[in-house]
Amino acid sequence: MTGSTHGATSVSESDDAHNPEPSTPLTAGARAPDFMPRTPPDQEVALSDFRGQPVILAFYPPDWSPVRGDQMALYNEILPELQRLGAELIGISVDGVWCPLAFAKDCRLRFPLLSDFELKDAVARKYGVYRHRDGMCGRALFVIDGDGVIRWSYLSPIGVNPGADGILHALESMRVQPSSQAPADRRQPAAQVHGSAS
Amino acid sequence: MTFDGGGHLTVPVSPGDHVLGPDTAPVTLVEYGDYECPYCGAAHPIVQAIVDRLGDDLCYVFRHFPLAQAHPHAQQAAEAAEAAGAQGKFWEVHDLLYEHQTALDGPHLLTYADALGLDVERFASDLASHVHADRVRQDFMSGVRNGVIGTATYLINGPRHDWPHHLRGLLAAITTAAAASPTFIPGGIR
Repeated sequence: MTGSTHGATSVSESDDAHNPEPSTPLTAGARAPDFMPRTPPDQEVALSDFRGQPVILAFYPPDWSPVRGDQMALYNEILPELQRLGAELIGISVDGVWCPLAFAKDCRLRFPLLSDFELKDAVARKYGVYRHRDGMCGRALFVIDGDGVIRWSYLSPIGVNPGADGILHALESMRVQPSSQAPADRRQPAAQVHGSAS
Repeated sequence: MTFDGGGHLTVPVSPGDHVLGPDTAPVTLVEYGDYECPYCGAAHPIVQAIVDRLGDDLCYVFRHFPLAQAHPHAQQAAEAAEAAGAQGKFWEVHDLLYEHQTALDGPHLLTYADALGLDVERFASDLASHVHADRVRQDFMSGVRNGVIGTATYLINGPRHDWPHHLRGLLAAITTAAAASPTFIPGGIR
């Protein structure tokens, strides 16, 4: 094996295949599993479409579910700052494809909401945020860098808006410290094993 | 600091803030508010009562947090408060806006400016050219960085106070914060 010793990019592409449903949210250093859920009415979006730019994945419980502080309205307001940081925001829930469309219209949202319904919550499962007890995804945030590596994640209590300060901090940290220079102690064991073998 | 989702004052109070009370007070209460938010409107008389009651024991700071997509008049109302502030009457308009949350359109804003004896032409010009939009945005983003997740949000000596917002709940939180403050004088806050 040659040429694969530098940091984050050494995480195996097939990590998520070996571990299809982690029991806890994926953490910094893990490769972000790709996905292709549908976005209403008939488009498909893949994480790999955004390679080269940071992506924020915001998993949320069903559309219109109660939350203290309006999370999506808050994110709507900070879109200019996210654009300034070159990042794309994607909301994702296990609602059927038409539901997010109505939710986005009702809340005047200006960023895409994806439906993880067609594949039966496959995306939430891959990211470790599917809640088997009530059949929905948790309220979780993942900031993924342009190389497809998770740089920060956070699982909030289901009814609590996690805000946007963690997102902004993660994006700004990424600018200061690109993934290839990320500290070794933030890598997952899989990366360390791979690194030592190469 | 480890992110805990709880919210904390990381953008400190500065001379550019709208402040009532001395900065040496044992308690600093920072409100992030939206003039069109009904929760903020409901809490406003409670905050006024607390400001009156605590006097110099409280440093009260107001920062704008207009959720403009949800509240169509909130941004302009915030800019109107700043336009009044530029003429030395921020708090007067601040109170009027909170007391008239269903009448925040342009003509009403001009009426308020006139009633307060402001230079209405200058006030209208400030609004039309969005002279104070950057200032409002600056407040908003400071809120985002402080973990503000909606309105009204109160930060008491640093941490976000989530609930309750009624008089007894806010006062209890303030008293607890005061007791832990190095500038607290026992018996000062009752």
